[in-house]
Amino acid sequence: MSLLSKSSTRGILPGFGLTMGVTLLYFAVIVALPLLAMLYKSVNLGWADFWTIISSERALATYRITVGAAALATVFNAVFGVLLAWVLVRYEFPGRRLLDAVIDLPFALPTAVAGLALVTVFSTNGWFGQYLEPLGIKVAYAPLGIALAMMFTSIPFVIRTVQPVLEDVATDAEEAARSLGATNWQIFARVIWPAIFPAFIAGCSLSFARSLGEFGAIVFISGNLPFETEVMSLLVFIRLDEYDYPAAAALATVMLVTAFVMLFVTNSIQAWQLRYAERS
Amino acid sequence: MQNAADLVVPAIAVQPSRRHGARPSRPSHWLLIISAILLSVLFIGVPMLVIFTYAFREGIAVYFSQIAQPATLHAVWLTVLTAIVVVPINMVFGICVAWLVTRFRFPGRRLLITFVEIPFSVSPIVAGVTYLFLYGSQGLLGPLLDSYDIKIMFTVPAIILVSLFVTSPFVARELIPLMQAQGSEDEEAAITLGATGLQTFFYITLPNIRWALLYGAVLCNARVMGEFGAVSVVSGAIRGQTNTLPLQIELLFNDYNVTGAFAASSTLALIAVVTLVLKYLLERKQTS
Repeated sequence: MSLLSKSSTRGILPGFGLTMGVTLLYFAVIVALPLLAMLYKSVNLGWADFWTIISSERALATYRITVGAAALATVFNAVFGVLLAWVLVRYEFPGRRLLDAVIDLPFALPTAVAGLALVTVFSTNGWFGQYLEPLGIKVAYAPLGIALAMMFTSIPFVIRTVQPVLEDVATDAEEAARSLGATNWQIFARVIWPAIFPAFIAGCSLSFARSLGEFGAIVFISGNLPFETEVMSLLVFIRLDEYDYPAAAALATVMLVTAFVMLFVTNSIQAWQLRYAERS
Repeated sequence: MQNAADLVVPAIAVQPSRRHGARPSRPSHWLLIISAILLSVLFIGVPMLVIFTYAFREGIAVYFSQIAQPATLHAVWLTVLTAIVVVPINMVFGICVAWLVTRFRFPGRRLLITFVEIPFSVSPIVAGVTYLFLYGSQGLLGPLLDSYDIKIMFTVPAIILVSLFVTSPFVARELIPLMQAQGSEDEEAAITLGATGLQTFFYITLPNIRWALLYGAVLCNARVMGEFGAVSVVSGAIRGQTNTLPLQIELLFNDYNVTGAFAASSTLALIAVVTLVLKYLLERKQTS
C-alpha cells in the first residue's frame, strides 16, 4: 500500500531517499550549522551588548560608507548595464561576441586580483591615476576607490539580467508603435523600458547586495582608514584580528541579516518580474 | 519563484533563440556601440592588461623566478589541492540537489531551492566568520574539538570546508534549469524497462547533462581558486603553510613585491580567461 501511494505522488524514479538524505545532511553540515553557530554567538551576547557594538560610531561610519559606495556603484552599473545589454542585443558589429564574453570577466577574475589591478591603474603613478589626480580626482585610497572596486566586481549583474528580457521584447509591438507614428524615443520609453524594467530592478538589487558584502577587491584599493574608507566587511575582519570575537560576531550578524533582507527583496522583485512577463 | 542567482549567469539550458541584431545604420547607433566598447575597455580591458604588463615588466626570467619562489609555489599547490577536493564534492552535491528537486515533487521543494542558494548571498567574510564560530576555540564545537586535540581552524581542512560552503550552489544552479527543461520521460522509460537506478543515471541522465555539469564544475573551480575573503578569515595565513594564491598575492603586495604579486595574479587571471573560453565552448556544446 505504502509503495503504491509513494509511486503515485513521486513517480517511479528511484533515489528520493538517497538524494534527500545527501542534500539535507550536506546542507546542514556545510551551510546551516556554521550560520547557526554564528547566530548563537550573537544571541549569547545579549541585546544590550549587541546593540552597543552595532551602534558604535565606528560601526555607523562603516554602514554609511558601505551603503553610499554600493549605491554609487549600482547607479553606474545600472547605466552601463542597460547600455551594454542594448548594444549587445540590438546591433551586429565586429567584436560583438568578444564583448559579450569579456563582460563575464569580473565574475571569473578573483577579487584579490581585481583589487590589485585597480589600485595599480588608479594610484598616483598609475595609468589613469596620473591624469586623474592633477584634476583633483582621487580614486585609490579614497571612498571613490571603494565604489570602483564594488562596481568592477558586480558589472555583469544588470547586463545579464536585462539581456535575455531585451532579446524577448516582441518586435511586433515595436513595429506597431512605429507604424502608429511613435518616435524612437517614444518606443523606448513606452514599449521597451516597461518590458525590461522588472529585470533591470532585479539586476540592480543583485548588484547592490553583492557590493554590500564585497571584501577582496576593496581591501587593496580603499586604504582602510577608520571613519573614512572602512567598509563593513573590513571592520569585521579587523575585529577578528584584534581577537574581539563578540564584536566580529555582532557585526557579521548585521551583514548576514542585511544579506537575507536583500535576498528576500530580490526574490520578490523576480517573482514580480515573472508575473509581469507572463501577463504581457 | 525563480531564484536570484539563476539570472546572474543565464543557465545554458534555457537559452532562447537569439534575436539577431541589426547592422547599425545611423551615427547614433555607432555612438552607443563605441561608448559601450570604450567603457568596457576602460573598466575591464585595462585592468586585465595591467596584470600581464606588470607581471612581465622585468622580463620573462624575473617572471618565472617570481612564480618559482617556494612560498608562491606552495600557495599554487595548496590552491590546486583545495580545488581537487572541493570541486568533485560539490559536483556530487549539485547532482543530488538537482535530481531531488527536478525529479520529485514534495512539500518544501521551493524553500529547499532557495536554501541551497544561500551561500551566494552571504558575504565571503561572513562565511569565514561563521566557520570560526563553529570550529574555532571560541566557537560552538571548539571545546569539544580541543578535548580530542583536533585542530581545524587555521589549517588546510578549514580552507577546504569554507570553500565547500562558498561554492556549494554552483553546480546545482546549472543543472536544475536544464534537468527541469529536459523532463524525466527518458529516465522513467529506462526504469520501466528494468534498468537499475545507477544504470539509468550513468546511461541516460549523465550523457544529457554532462556539458552543463562540466560548466558548473568550471565555474565552481574558478571561484574556489580565487576565493579571498572567506579563506583569509579561516586560514590564519601562515606563510608557506596555509596561504592560497589570492592570499599570497596580498602578502607579496604588502611586502612591496609588486612584480611578484602581479606574477602570482597573472596565473589566476589566466585561469579566469580559460574559464571564459570553456564557458563559451560548453555553452555551444550544450545547446547544439
